[in-house]
Amino acid sequence: MSLTREQIESIAHLARLQLLPEEVPVYQDSLSRILDFVGELERADTSAVEPMAHPLPGQKQRLREDVVTEQDHHELYQANAPQAQAGLYLVPKVIE
Amino acid sequence: MSNTSLHRKSLAELAEGLRKREFSSVELTRACLDRIEASQPQLNAFITVTREQALAEAAQADQALAEGRAGPLTGLPIAHKDIFCTSGVLTTCASRMLSNFVSPYDATVVARLKAAGMVMVGKTNMDEFAMGSSNETSYYGPVRNPWNTDLVPGGSSGGSAAAVAARLVPASTGTDTGGSIRQPAALCGVTGLKPTYGRVSRYGMIAFASSLDQGGTFTVSAEDAALLLRAMAGFDPADSTSVDEPVPDYVATLNEPLRGLKIGLLKEFFDKGLDADNERCIREALAVYEKLGATLREVSLPALPLSVPAYYVVAPAECSSNLARYDGVRYGYRCENPRDLMDMYKRTRGEGFGAEVKRRIMTGTYVLSAGYYDAYYLKAQKVRKLIANDFARAFGEVDVLMGPTTPTPAFPLGAKTADPITMYLNDIYTIGANLAGLPAISIPCGFTPQGLPVGLQIVGPHFTEARLLNAAHLFQRETDWHRRVPEAFA
Repeated sequence: MSLTREQIESIAHLARLQLLPEEVPVYQDSLSRILDFVGELERADTSAVEPMAHPLPGQKQRLREDVVTEQDHHELYQANAPQAQAGLYLVPKVIE
Repeated sequence: MSNTSLHRKSLAELAEGLRKREFSSVELTRACLDRIEASQPQLNAFITVTREQALAEAAQADQALAEGRAGPLTGLPIAHKDIFCTSGVLTTCASRMLSNFVSPYDATVVARLKAAGMVMVGKTNMDEFAMGSSNETSYYGPVRNPWNTDLVPGGSSGGSAAAVAARLVPASTGTDTGGSIRQPAALCGVTGLKPTYGRVSRYGMIAFASSLDQGGTFTVSAEDAALLLRAMAGFDPADSTSVDEPVPDYVATLNEPLRGLKIGLLKEFFDKGLDADNERCIREALAVYEKLGATLREVSLPALPLSVPAYYVVAPAECSSNLARYDGVRYGYRCENPRDLMDMYKRTRGEGFGAEVKRRIMTGTYVLSAGYYDAYYLKAQKVRKLIANDFARAFGEVDVLMGPTTPTPAFPLGAKTADPITMYLNDIYTIGANLAGLPAISIPCGFTPQGLPVGLQIVGPHFTEARLLNAAHLFQRETDWHRRVPEAFA
């Protein structure tokens, strides 16, 4: 399998990654080779197999009681924000 | 007693020394901090050293010891892989993306070991977001192998492995998604334990591939791993896949006799890719087990050769989803002067992530994208089931599986960075246990003629950590490979 330059640019856009022009051929080459490598999976006969849903057999997703467990930590959490003001996270203008 | 020899002791021996007041936790902690700082130019095993906080915690531990309030781990130093969130301390995951992130809370593993009285001396270097097998993808530069600083320590928990191998700390934590504890433990000559999926809480452990990630330990001995796991393991309501199973006393069963233990040798692990020196060490280790009364038989897991391809679909898929949270809005790196929101997202992520992390995110994005999901992700999860079924069948015949942890000893820096698939194949013997959620341990079992350590891997059924630690401990009573220390750090 050989991915095109356009395919790499489209994947990068979906993943919200800005690539430098010189990065594109590098990923074109390595992703193509990775997809060839994982293509080996086709060799396995999985017609009678259910996909694995949990690494431990018989375990189900646990649900918690619908009660408040979190306290208000917004000042502490926003201390890590690139830009915050009046308890709000600031981002570039979205609507003109 | 001289504090210069403290670093040669195991966690269990240090605990006894603290109880007998042969030295204080402050003295022990200071000795670790001094060794860490002296080693940084050669090894680069740490991203952050928390000297002041550590000495304050050690003083508290000494107080507890003096007042008879101490537990078995009180006052013992530990280093945490920089993937574990530590309250008030920089938590980077070795990425530019989190290079300014001061965690507002402790991971459950960190909180439990702190509550047990352990003293955190710092945060260890690692592959960026735990993606790598050589510790060369770190934003903070590579870690070097204490046995030969031209070589890699393995990854992704390379700093944690090197720190114990060079006896900078008696123990450290790590995480294992495809071999990230066992592979560096093997390449650095220390004991590395990956518990059963769900045994140790993932809360506050920065997520890479959520159905594979599991926290564990690096120690000098299996006995030390038992001491740590007893304190780390157990149900945590804050982790939705944490399992509510009682935690046995792993220390109490360390000396159970091995007579009659049925050991399966994985046919697929003794293949043409296995280095001759590694194979010799493994065969000699197996002879020790026979002497201890165990029996050996060959078993075959026909689907196992597909574990690496299955992993490189499942892990990147989960990674692309987990790493979507790094958007430059709430925490972490943000690019300079964004034009608009899309530009901010794209440049923040393009500049904040390193090359291998971007490769995994894009691989995952591709295999999950419309039209490809069935062919890749669903297919890989079916193959994963085949592999898990193979393991279950094998454990119907044998108690544990043994084989090499890695195909080769440690390799030079730069040797495998050009081709990602060559690097991915380092984990060919370790990935199976992650795909099936099984516990596994790597223990030192010999050296190559070049003086590099070799690791023996033991894999067991779900929740059989006690049996793995028991088997490892009895081997370590018969051998002294685990007590060897690199000359430069003796």
